[in-house]
Amino acid sequence: MADFTEDQIIRYSRHIVLPQVGGKGQKKIRESKVLLIGAGGLGSPAGYYLAAAGVGRLGIVDQDEVDLSNLQRQILHRTADIGRPKTHSARDRIIELNPDVEVVPYQTSLTSDNVMEIIEDYDLVVNGCDNFPTRYLLNDACVLADKTIVDGSIFVFEGQATVFKPHVGPCYRCLYPEPPPPGMVPSCQEAGVLGVLPGIIGSIQAMEALKLILEIGEPLIGRLLLYDALATEFRILKIRRDPDCPVCGDNPTITELIDYEEFCGLRPARC
Amino acid sequence: MAVKVKIPTPLQRLTNKQSQVEAEGFTVGEVLADLERNFPGFKERLYDEKGELRRFINIFLNEEDVRFLEGLNTTVKDGDEISIIPAVAGGSL
Repeated sequence: MADFTEDQIIRYSRHIVLPQVGGKGQKKIRESKVLLIGAGGLGSPAGYYLAAAGVGRLGIVDQDEVDLSNLQRQILHRTADIGRPKTHSARDRIIELNPDVEVVPYQTSLTSDNVMEIIEDYDLVVNGCDNFPTRYLLNDACVLADKTIVDGSIFVFEGQATVFKPHVGPCYRCLYPEPPPPGMVPSCQEAGVLGVLPGIIGSIQAMEALKLILEIGEPLIGRLLLYDALATEFRILKIRRDPDCPVCGDNPTITELIDYEEFCGLRPARC
Repeated sequence: MAVKVKIPTPLQRLTNKQSQVEAEGFTVGEVLADLERNFPGFKERLYDEKGELRRFINIFLNEEDVRFLEGLNTTVKDGDEISIIPAVAGGSL
């Protein structure tokens, strides 16, 4: 405990008292580097709890600015932040909560050109992005770089969460080999979302991230958690690694990043 | 065999907003065909032009993905639960 200050020992005392965490576990949390994809509905609660828990470095990737319509659920941002880059507003809120955390903002979208360089510095990726091209891009990059993704997604009153640990469990492509054609699945913007829902799924992502950092319990590897808010029902389904998966299978055909806009049908294939 | 079918939010407009309906059949494929009879529109959403299950929708029998059982030919028992799980991307928006 020698290298924690007295204030830090008090700040993290409810962790340190846990036999599963202790001073040793709190040190693991402090040494961990977590990358948040999106500082929105899922990234807000996930990032806020991870910061409170004392994660050493939090990278935040988001290209958007805070909009009034975000504030019904994106709890890292305030009314006064409207118009500011989300990564800046998220950084301010996190530092106010816990100045021990090093926040690294990436005010950019994730692309085939920058993803490998960004994820390289992190142990774990918490995915709260809102579109299919980024989900496939991040999946392929994390399989290639052997980084674990704590995945979450939401739709109206339902949420999904799971952990993709490359070559140990399935990846996103094993679960969904192909994206839906554009327009087939409406976005939150079109369909709406009850604001608390991302709070619940994002908090589950934060919990799974901490379990992975601490190496305790049973992470959601190979299991898909479903939450139905209207029925108040949680279910767990088994998901498996597909040996024929083009990226994490036994004979992968995708060995470098591709054009994900094109893969998701958002841009016609180039001749 | 009567089984419960869990309907995901994006498809609940086909079932008058019901999140769970009953359907009958001896195999997963038969249950889904019965679902189409009672609530037209499912076939188009679940299958592609070649009659294959769409790759962004998974069908689970109880807690197992039918792709890793016997697919649409997997037999069902009374009281089983089939879940239709589509890919959703919402998060940061």
